[in-house]
Amino acid sequence: MFSSRKIGLLLAASLAAACARASAAEPGHFGYGSVATPAQIAGWDIDARGEDGTGLPPGKGTVDRGADVYAEQCAACHGTFGEGESRFPKLVGGVGSLRDERPEPTVGSYWPFAPTLWDYINRAMPMPAPHTLSADDVYALTAYILSLNDLVPNEFVADRNSLPKVKMRNRDNFIWTDPRPDTAAAPCMNACVSAADVRIASTAEGRDLTPRTTGPLDTMQPK
Amino acid sequence: MGRRSFLGLGAALTGSLALGAQPATADPAQESPPADAPWSQSIGPGVVDRPYGRPADTEASVIRRNVPWLTAGTESSVSFSPLQELQGIITPNGLFFERHHAGWPSIDPAQHKLMIHGLVERPLLLTMKDILRFPQTTRVHFIECPANGGMNWRAAQMNSLQFSHGMVSCAEWTGVRLSTLLEEVGIKKEAKWAMVEGADGAHMNRSLPLDKCLDDCLVVYAQNGEALRPEQGYPLRLVVPGWEGNVNIKWLRRIKLGEKPWHTREETSKYTDLMPDGTSRGFTWLMDAKSVVTFPCPEKPLDKPGLYEIRGLAWTGNGKVRRVDVSTDGGVNWQAARLHEPILSKALTKFTLPWRWDGQPALVASRVVDETGYVQPTIAQLRAQRGSNSIYHNNSIQTWQVKPDGSVFNVQLA
Repeated sequence: MFSSRKIGLLLAASLAAACARASAAEPGHFGYGSVATPAQIAGWDIDARGEDGTGLPPGKGTVDRGADVYAEQCAACHGTFGEGESRFPKLVGGVGSLRDERPEPTVGSYWPFAPTLWDYINRAMPMPAPHTLSADDVYALTAYILSLNDLVPNEFVADRNSLPKVKMRNRDNFIWTDPRPDTAAAPCMNACVSAADVRIASTAEGRDLTPRTTGPLDTMQPK
Repeated sequence: MGRRSFLGLGAALTGSLALGAQPATADPAQESPPADAPWSQSIGPGVVDRPYGRPADTEASVIRRNVPWLTAGTESSVSFSPLQELQGIITPNGLFFERHHAGWPSIDPAQHKLMIHGLVERPLLLTMKDILRFPQTTRVHFIECPANGGMNWRAAQMNSLQFSHGMVSCAEWTGVRLSTLLEEVGIKKEAKWAMVEGADGAHMNRSLPLDKCLDDCLVVYAQNGEALRPEQGYPLRLVVPGWEGNVNIKWLRRIKLGEKPWHTREETSKYTDLMPDGTSRGFTWLMDAKSVVTFPCPEKPLDKPGLYEIRGLAWTGNGKVRRVDVSTDGGVNWQAARLHEPILSKALTKFTLPWRWDGQPALVASRVVDETGYVQPTIAQLRAQRGSNSIYHNNSIQTWQVKPDGSVFNVQLA
């Protein structure tokens, strides 16, 4: 005969099993796919976190080495000194411009976190051949671009410990909580403004910026 | 629209047609088509002449278009949907706007895998076959680039509906709920954020709060009933309903759970909103309510005075569109437009309003109110809060100026 204690345990076990069947919240409920191995995860896990550099790999790079890699891999688009060729992004300059009529957001003037620069070069650059640079070369490029922006001295060595400590100029000027809605209006229906006050402030007529919307694709460049 | 106003419209239409009848001197060829046009006197191509199918040759102008001077090349760039030619709330797959950060990759679905790892109980590697086995969900949602309208922040610049509003499109998406996949791997209790990453050359990535992932996000493989187009993330993309386009990661290859956001390049250097005081807003994911009149518009001017149907689209990242008002006098007076079914959450919604144009100058605009009571602002209201350097999230009321000759221009009111 079962003791009442044993019956109780059996009941609990079958209840637990029933719950597992009823709820999709139990990990492995469907059982599809394969559990990712540590080696697989290591191969895919490329991200480095901007704020504290978590995920930055071993390795290091100097400003001098970065200058060489930059000349070879980056200068054609970003300019010899980060000034940007054509419409490719400027990497340097714009410090103090963020309140101007024409602000220039760059690594030096805008980017809040140095490890983000390592992460972005590593994940997306150089544009025609991304993911082809070694971790050391990415560190070196990061060091060089930071030095172009006077954020680190020429003897700076970028690695997983030094990058999170670089104080970026715009670090404290981001608000990471969305303040919207920031416009409030009651939807007025009649005589909302005086007809005499309705005035056109700007028009796209005659601006010559709009590509054509019929026929073949336009190749226009502004005058 | 009520029966009475419908009858009124019918009568008005008849009147308009009568008014438009040509005098007896008109070219007879214009009075009616021949009883048998050439295409009625021959046999046409048979089935499978076009095994996939394509639009009529005379629709060749209805294509996505880019602004060549906007970006350095086409690989990291954007194309715009031809909203002026679209009649419904669903964007055809070939016309869905594009935004790539390193061009679109050609992915072999047999080799594509999705990894889910980080703060999870059971990290997983899923093939497309695996993903297709999960329970399916189908929903209609818009996707809008937060830079849609960005070229009009400072002033009215683009004289075109396609180029002022064409970075929004809407499709029926089919896939698996992201919450299902995350429950399958088991979420550790410290996890608060997800990093989502694409398999494109840029490994485009963003951070998302876990709450949103569990709320309504979808991992989709189908768009309007067929496999995703390569430009839209084939074979797998994320859909984050109502949030800015770039978080809807295409070519989705990895989801990592963590305690904190990643502050990736695409959420620090880009897709942050610069304010006049030099501070920037980050993590402004929500697409606020927006509407636009799609007829008339610069590409579709008016022909001559008479009765028209003003047509347009409205949408909101907050949920459903509650109401759209239309003004033809620059916002002095407004009238509620008719909303057309279906009115779906975080999807384009169509509206129309009959309008008799008397041939006088007019300023046509629409204003949406969403189910939370949020009212679409004017550009002046937005600038008062945000200046004109924030690039993103210009959801202001669009005004079209109609001139006496029927031509239409993009203008902004003081």
